[in-house]
Amino acid sequence: MWDYIKLIVFGVVAVLAAIAANYAHDLPYMVNALVVMLAAAIAFVWQLRHVGEPAHHPQTEYLDGVVRAGVIATTFWGVVGFLVGVVIAFQLAFPWLNIPGVEGILNFGRLRPLHTSAVIFAFGGNALIMSAFYVVQRTTAARLFGGNLGWFVFWGWQLMIVLAATSYVLGGTQSKEYAETVWYIDWWIVVVWVAFLLAFLGTLWKRKEPHIYVANWFYLSFIVTIAMLHIVNNLAIPVSFLGSQSVQVTAGVQDAMIQWWYGHNAVGFFLTAGFLGMMYYFVPKQAERPVFSYKLSIIHFWALIFLYIWAGPHHLHYTALPDWASTLGMVFSIMLWMPSWGGMINGLMTLSGAWDKLRTDPIIRMMVVSIGFYGMSTFEGPMMSIKAVNSLSHYTDWTIGHVHSGALGWNGMITFGALYFLTPRLWNREGLYSLRLVSWHFWLATIGIVLYASSMWVTGIMEGLMWREVDANGFLVNAFADTVSAKFPMYVVRGLGGVMFLSGAIIMAYNLYMTVRAQPAKAPVNANNFVPAE
Amino acid sequence: MCAKQVKKAPHEVPTTGHEWDGIREYDNPMPRWWVWVFYATIVFSIWYTAAYPAWPLIDRATRGYLGQNTRADVDAEIKRFDDANAEIKAKLVAADLGAIAKDDALNQYATAAGAAVFKTWCAQCHGSGAAGVQGKGYPNLLDNDWLWGGAIEDIHTTISHGIRNTTDPDARYSEMPKFGVDGLLEPAQIGEVVEYVLQISKQDHDATKAAAGATVFADNCAACHMENGAGDRAQGAPALNDAIWLYGGDRDTLTQTVTGARFGVMPSWTGRLSEDEIRAVATYVHSLGGGE
Repeated sequence: MWDYIKLIVFGVVAVLAAIAANYAHDLPYMVNALVVMLAAAIAFVWQLRHVGEPAHHPQTEYLDGVVRAGVIATTFWGVVGFLVGVVIAFQLAFPWLNIPGVEGILNFGRLRPLHTSAVIFAFGGNALIMSAFYVVQRTTAARLFGGNLGWFVFWGWQLMIVLAATSYVLGGTQSKEYAETVWYIDWWIVVVWVAFLLAFLGTLWKRKEPHIYVANWFYLSFIVTIAMLHIVNNLAIPVSFLGSQSVQVTAGVQDAMIQWWYGHNAVGFFLTAGFLGMMYYFVPKQAERPVFSYKLSIIHFWALIFLYIWAGPHHLHYTALPDWASTLGMVFSIMLWMPSWGGMINGLMTLSGAWDKLRTDPIIRMMVVSIGFYGMSTFEGPMMSIKAVNSLSHYTDWTIGHVHSGALGWNGMITFGALYFLTPRLWNREGLYSLRLVSWHFWLATIGIVLYASSMWVTGIMEGLMWREVDANGFLVNAFADTVSAKFPMYVVRGLGGVMFLSGAIIMAYNLYMTVRAQPAKAPVNANNFVPAE
Repeated sequence: MCAKQVKKAPHEVPTTGHEWDGIREYDNPMPRWWVWVFYATIVFSIWYTAAYPAWPLIDRATRGYLGQNTRADVDAEIKRFDDANAEIKAKLVAADLGAIAKDDALNQYATAAGAAVFKTWCAQCHGSGAAGVQGKGYPNLLDNDWLWGGAIEDIHTTISHGIRNTTDPDARYSEMPKFGVDGLLEPAQIGEVVEYVLQISKQDHDATKAAAGATVFADNCAACHMENGAGDRAQGAPALNDAIWLYGGDRDTLTQTVTGARFGVMPSWTGRLSEDEIRAVATYVHSLGGGE
């Protein structure tokens, strides 16, 4: 019965999408409708071939198929996202790379949101969903809640990524940074996200462990807060149900404030809280050491999630935003320093007693560097939120450097560590294909990040100083174009850093592929795949 | 936990007793320095919100005991320079254009102010170094080749009213006919006149065709570009007998130019810039090397 309902739903969606494509008002909408039609048609055919199969949800096994799919998707979107990043880095250094023949599709303006969304939501999002599913099952000793709900979340998220990517390059955007997706994609994100929340909460609910592990607090706070942020920031009224355009409910400085309340907490909850959840599981597992301090984890968790939500106004210093909001954004950011570092301390101190592993285990090394970059960027962030510092750093490349030392260093490296941890376990293999390649990845990525971050500090501070330079009569000394040409050499360095980071990721993809393909299977007794009796 | 315990290896600290998938947690206290720095940031924040505008009330926010206000700060900063420059600005507006360069203080001010105006408003087309864009029709302002005149009065007029715009009735105006597109000349004649232009600009040319082209030039082009292509600044007609080209002086480019005609447009700056700014930027452009 349920199979037939699904068939009817997929069929109706495919037909409706075809009709919507036919009457579309604009190109991004039409292409998106065709993507939906195709996805629904594929789902329909797949469902048709599996009608009548009995549901297979053994409660004595973990649902690991969806985590395996997540590992593949994370790796794939990571490489794609880094590649687009390298392309746009060189487009900034060499403008002729905005190739005239594909102007309006593959120029910087269209590729930039493609890059940010690919790395944050496709690479980071898949890493978070996949690791949340893995971690919550292991730490509750229960199978993922909701039968195939996990699979719906996985495929729903991939559909979102494809819809967003195809609409960005064709000009479908609502022009909000990190929230460019147009209204119908926003709606779809809500559906997928609520399913994610249900799968996660349901698993916590039926847990067989008496307590909830700290990693799950972070995952849960991330899922709940992102849902709230996403919905409020995307309150918009569609111009037509057959077009991609919509009108924001709020306007002016209110809209800007909501956007950066969202934008900052996308960093705070998506890229910090969620990834701290990853850290709290994978670091103690890989180091085989207990977590340093339970007390610290409680205090820094509550302090972090309480303080982060107020810090958004520091993105709008010296704008139409009233001074008082600016002040509050700044002080909440400063108070956020120690709560953020609580995670770093707990991560690093967990390794005390296992420091020798740094020499022998490149995965631990990756995690340590990741936590190091986390600590550095969570110090840099509060510092940049100070009004006086911000008046120099704002709008400059310093911000770009700050974001990337966090994204490449913290999010990237901890995800790589998790992928190296998970792949042999999920595919039941005797360790990784090559630890030497992991070392190569480690050094390429680390040097790449250092090149990236330091070149952006140099250009950022330089252009900040050039912009504000005035002569004795109060006249500007530099034209904007002067700052652009002065930055050129550092832009090349940044691009090279990106190339190194990308090369490392490609090496990782090869290493993971060979692990699955060529490594011998582990002996069949594998506690990981079975729920402990109690 | 015993305070007298001298050395305490991490594994001697008790865990909380919970275990998840093999992960346990030590019951370590929070690092003291961490707690104290956290408290310090909170104390700083409370002081800061008392000192600066911070807490929202019903219809306003607390203003802070320092009374700081970023908008007032900006206004004060602007006013400081406006006041400091008021006298010399007035002098600049009142001065005879030709006399600006002779007054050291005035000249220094006008050149600095003009450079800032130029970098903000003019650099988009003429380049931040004022070298224009070769071959794209954005004139180089560093050389002594002027379309509409290089005396400071001429430059001042050009900036004040612009060229071929539709907004200023006093804009400088002229337009080259589209000799090929509008059928005013046969393709063969265009070929001939192009050879003639190549000849007068001392480039490789076909002498026979150039001879025929001389007649075509005299009948169609000399009215604006003058005999021998010397150009006419009253009409903004460029000299064709030198090596300086706005769009390019090779055979193909010249053929395109004669066939379809080209001209640039410059906005009128009156109203957008104040008179002292226009005078300053005119002084700056005049000082760049080509001023007459």
